Amino acid sequence: MPKIKYIEHNGKEHEIDVSNGLSVMEGAVQNDIPGIDADCGGGMACATCHVYVKEDWFNKLPNKSEGEDDMLDQAYEPNSSSRLSCQITVSDELDGLVVHLPEKQI
Amino acid sequence: MINTDVVIIGAGPTGLFCAHQLGIIGLKCEIVDNLDKIGGQCIELYPDKPIYDIPAIPECTGEELTNNLIEQIKPFNFNHHLSDRVEEIKNKNEKWLIKTSKGKEFLTPNIVIAGGVGSFEPRKFPTKNCEKFEGRSVLYSIKDKGIFKDKSVVIFGGGDSALDWAIELSKQSKITLVHRRDEFRGAPSSVEKIKQLQKEKKIDVLTKYSIKDVTGNESIESVEIKNEEGESKVINTNYVLGFFGLIMQLGPILDWGLNVDKKTIPVNTENFETNKKGIFAIGDICSYPGKLKLILSGFHEGALAARGCFKYARPDEKYRFEFTTASNTIKDRLGVKE
Repeated sequence: MPKIKYIEHNGKEHEIDVSNGLSVMEGAVQNDIPGIDADCGGGMACATCHVYVKEDWFNKLPNKSEGEDDMLDQAYEPNSSSRLSCQITVSDELDGLVVHLPEKQI
Repeated sequence: MINTDVVIIGAGPTGLFCAHQLGIIGLKCEIVDNLDKIGGQCIELYPDKPIYDIPAIPECTGEELTNNLIEQIKPFNFNHHLSDRVEEIKNKNEKWLIKTSKGKEFLTPNIVIAGGVGSFEPRKFPTKNCEKFEGRSVLYSIKDKGIFKDKSVVIFGGGDSALDWAIELSKQSKITLVHRRDEFRGAPSSVEKIKQLQKEKKIDVLTKYSIKDVTGNESIESVEIKNEEGESKVINTNYVLGFFGLIMQLGPILDWGLNVDKKTIPVNTENFETNKKGIFAIGDICSYPGKLKLILSGFHEGALAARGCFKYARPDEKYRFEFTTASNTIKDRLGVKE
């Protein structure tokens, strides 16, 4: 099962086995990782599962969904490495993915 | 003071259908919502997006669903209290005394919380210093555009609100539009108009920048913006406007002594009552084992919560289950004649 590493804003790391097919957001919510709220439940209707993905992994991710950037406009301190974790589906290719959580989800 | 059988908090699909079920079983209700229109997330977040999983409706938009629900509860003539929010609840003689932000009061044995993921509020700047200017020279909505006449205004955002106000205010103010990326998500015609105004030097557009800090004494004097390379710029201005859409906050619901777990309210699945007698929670805001955040689940939860309300609203009567196809009493309530 692919391992995903979630790093909280305070530096605390959580390495979690997440089943293929789940989203990175679902992996966090199901394992009670603090820092991902996912208010809308994965509908891309909020921006509270915002994560930062560093360049080495960012380019390996599937492209952003249509409308994802529009939602990211509304996230807390988005930048060019921002993604919505509900739009990243876990697969074997993403084994070892590291995502950084923002200071807060707003 | 309004006396009623049930106060529903939230006029989204779940709250509306619960109202329908209350009407069917002969109870009265009042519906309160923070938004200025009926429909909740369906109308605020995705009025045009098709929904494919409403039973027996292969496809409909959030707006169509809302309009159909409004039509469905019309026979009951329930009151809606929009742009209002329940702030405070108090126990009074086995009933709940409710106060809203507009000062309305309700006395009811039942409250049904159908608040989705909370009430919508404008998303604010992350910059701490903005708080002290908020409501005066840092604004998230516009009530009187006259105050900007002949002033400098910096507008942040890339959606329709930001673009529409930039276009509108450019007629009378010096406008700088700041957005975090090159693409704007507003309507194509507005984006075109912005580009044209920029070409005619009627507005300044700065992309790939976000807010860093604001300075001023009584009111704002300047705003500092930064890009990802760490470069920053200072713009002198009288007003800073932020249009970053709406966020949802549970707000006062957190203060009512209800159990809350991860922004949701645990309920039993028999009648969706919370840990407080006479307070029910349905739709996205409730949680129980196996909970699905689907509109159809909200309908089911509302139907059962309505029956749960019956015993407190009519303590001396016994609830009788009836079908709408067969019951003359229900047909009377719906105003349909044989």
